[in-house]
Amino acid sequence: MRRGSAVVKRFSFVLNGKPVEVEVPPAYTLLETLRNVLHLTGTKDGCGDGDCGACTVLLDGRAVHSCLTLMAQVEGRSVTTVEGLLRDSSPDEVQSAYAESGAVQCGYCTPGLIMATKALLMSNPNPSVEEVKEALRGNLCRCTGYAKILEAVLRVRR
Amino acid sequence: MLEQKLVERYSTIGKPIPKIDGFEKVTGYARYVDDIKLPNMLYGKILRSRYPHARIKRIDTSRAEALPGVAAVITAKDTPMRRMGILKDQLPLKYGKVRSVRDEVAAVAAVDEETALEALDLIEVEYEELEPVFDPEEAMKPDAPLVHEELGTNVVNLNFRFSTDDEELERIFREAPAVVEGEYRVHYVNASPLGTIGVVAHYDERGHLTIYTNTQAPFLYKRDLAEITGVDPAKIHVIQPEIGGAFGRGMDLHPTDAIAVFLSIKTRKPVKIVFSRREELEYAPPRQPAIIRMRTAADRTGRLLARDAKLILDAGAYVSWGPFDARVMMATTTGLYQLTHARFDATVVYTNNPYCGTQRGAGNPQITFAIEQQMDELAEELGMDPVEFRIINANKPNTVTPQGMIITSCGMEECIRRAAQAIGWRGRGSAGLGKGIGLACYFHVGGGARVYRSDGCGTIVQVDDFGRVTVITGSTDIGTGSDTAIAQIVAEELGVPVSRVSVVNDDTAIRPWDVGTHASRATFVAGNSALLAAREAKRQILETASQLFGTPIDELDIRDGYVYSRSDPSKKMEYDKVIRRGHLREGGRVILASAFYDPPNQMQDERWMGNISAAYTFGAQAVLLEVDEETGTIRVLKVVSAHDAGRILNPLGAEGQVHGGVVMGLGYTLSEELVLDRGRVVNATLMDYLLFTSHEAPEIVPIFVETEDPQGPYGAKGLGETGCIPTPAAVANAIYDATGKRLRELPIKPWNILRK
Repeated sequence: MRRGSAVVKRFSFVLNGKPVEVEVPPAYTLLETLRNVLHLTGTKDGCGDGDCGACTVLLDGRAVHSCLTLMAQVEGRSVTTVEGLLRDSSPDEVQSAYAESGAVQCGYCTPGLIMATKALLMSNPNPSVEEVKEALRGNLCRCTGYAKILEAVLRVRR
Repeated sequence: MLEQKLVERYSTIGKPIPKIDGFEKVTGYARYVDDIKLPNMLYGKILRSRYPHARIKRIDTSRAEALPGVAAVITAKDTPMRRMGILKDQLPLKYGKVRSVRDEVAAVAAVDEETALEALDLIEVEYEELEPVFDPEEAMKPDAPLVHEELGTNVVNLNFRFSTDDEELERIFREAPAVVEGEYRVHYVNASPLGTIGVVAHYDERGHLTIYTNTQAPFLYKRDLAEITGVDPAKIHVIQPEIGGAFGRGMDLHPTDAIAVFLSIKTRKPVKIVFSRREELEYAPPRQPAIIRMRTAADRTGRLLARDAKLILDAGAYVSWGPFDARVMMATTTGLYQLTHARFDATVVYTNNPYCGTQRGAGNPQITFAIEQQMDELAEELGMDPVEFRIINANKPNTVTPQGMIITSCGMEECIRRAAQAIGWRGRGSAGLGKGIGLACYFHVGGGARVYRSDGCGTIVQVDDFGRVTVITGSTDIGTGSDTAIAQIVAEELGVPVSRVSVVNDDTAIRPWDVGTHASRATFVAGNSALLAAREAKRQILETASQLFGTPIDELDIRDGYVYSRSDPSKKMEYDKVIRRGHLREGGRVILASAFYDPPNQMQDERWMGNISAAYTFGAQAVLLEVDEETGTIRVLKVVSAHDAGRILNPLGAEGQVHGGVVMGLGYTLSEELVLDRGRVVNATLMDYLLFTSHEAPEIVPIFVETEDPQGPYGAKGLGETGCIPTPAAVANAIYDATGKRLRELPIKPWNILRK
């Protein structure tokens, strides 16, 4: 983050159901804004290149790499992060399924995978095993070998 | 049958309990080093060498210092210049000379990362290039450029030689009816945890150092850091936030950590250095590569007679944990199967490559790649089935290896049988057209590993007046779930639900000492330590209840959260109520217990003899794959992974360790490769460094052959590393089964198959 940067621009968008306004340099990514300005650190910075998926969030319900999403692309739209899934202090069903299936080890890839799973299930509530593997192939996990992640997703499909 | 009975005997042991930190991780509330932000925090960046081997003639930092937003620029001259590393062969910031392109030359702290990076560009360094050497065999030649001139040789003064009897061994190889011999090469790979190397150091005006780090060994880290930086260890506070994976990478104290401290000493502000993914791939110590020349002899009945291994290990420019993988390689060379004659000799060499660290399995996947291919080759030469050949030579309970490792519980034979059966083994060449099945076994420490004088771990158990059980463990959970196993052990011992137990493992100011998380030791050693502390806490609770009930202590027990009298079931009280009653009275007490457990194992002597672990784990893995002979493409269809890791405390966690290990092993074998050009990693993105994705990961069937280890907590042995150990060998054997091509070099890429 470059605090000293002279030029900042105002962006308005909906974050986890609430309208927010931020003033950040125009070259800022959504990931930088979330982590450095809004202090929502649940979204992880795994590579900064769009290769690992740890920074996946929902933009108008679709999974995007927040590290490759510029703030100009976010203007006026709706963003959901992993923090936005809690309802009355309770995890949503995808979060619960990950925790209960053993799909979480170190946890660094987990928020991104959960958001990718949310996006998948919103567009395809009853995916096949192959569809799940395909949908999550952009999210790297180094701990689990993906088996329990698949189990978690299959547990919440309709 | 046995397994069913065990589960019934216990309320939490053996149950698939979800990880106790799962909730905070799925909600994004878990905090890792990269999530830490302190008031007035600065961002540090490191300038590394432009050349693999050069003299530093001059460094001019003045333009960098003048850049607005820069708080400090440091070089070696700004530090105490104390050497670090196992052989004390490097400075955190290099002085006078650089020996690899990862060598740290200068560092900057600035108000933000961009300014720090800009400042790096303004540092002028004048180098005088020296002739580099990258091939370890070239480096061993007498006229090779010297990486450390003062040593007069590139061959490192480390003795990794073991022999039962040289003369006898040579005689066996001359006379044995069946001998196989070959050269195997294993390559550089990166541990690639999703969370990169990171540190936040704050040396404040009081002279106190608070450091947030993702090390695996916080207590040794503190000691080393004190030595290198000169900060009084009594004033160092090491905090480990949640760790985003480690796999051995966190065993090293990295120069980065010391540099962050130096920057903070200079500025008195918190300094954060977190590696980008590119830095992680380029500069995190890679897994130890090896050149392995091995021969194995057997008699006509299929009994192994002798094994002889000669290795060359490229340490890189400095010696870190990588070359010490030789110890594990040696143990497996002599101990994987029953054998009376064995020799091992590893030569460690300095080059201008990046220095190597250790990674999951610590040399075992590397050496097993050679040994288990030779097992298949020998079986073929003897005209025997490779499964039968392995069973004949498998380790058995109550035996001793040539290095004096005492095998107690051992289910190796059953692991082989069950893996072969589950994969559908019907003999060579019977997997179907274009398909192949390969088998490989492993042998690993499972009851700690005494590589330091202590192999111990301390625990404090405290139970508060509302029944919240707090376990303060010295042990570090690097993401594997060892904390959950510890919580289960304490819950079981105390007779309370696991939901009442929390584990504190992040703060060395309150945690009792532990040697670190390595060698699959966390559940075994920290688990035993927690068990002892819980037993004492329980005694204290029962003692209190005994006074309240007026019942002798030996008639009392705790189950499902109730203290009760075995002889008079009407005497029953919630355990937290007992604690409150004991607390809120004159002469009251709190429930507070501690324990230190150091396993009954030995440090090896100068001849490499000694029972290094209190228990050993065994297993067999079978791989079914398909090779497209036109394109060389390999598709792994199924992996059966059978383990004797003693009793399985938590099947959910144990399966996860196996799945993750197998996939890491498959990546090591088939896709991952750090490509080095003149000592520089040239494929440092996850687009070019290929980790397995959900798409390639095959079906994995974990099988647990549950022995009950006499020393393990509830009979458990270690399991963290072993999934990846036999994988490369099993894949190579399966490719041979499918194609008749014997691949002795990693990684195995389609073009290697086509070229063969």
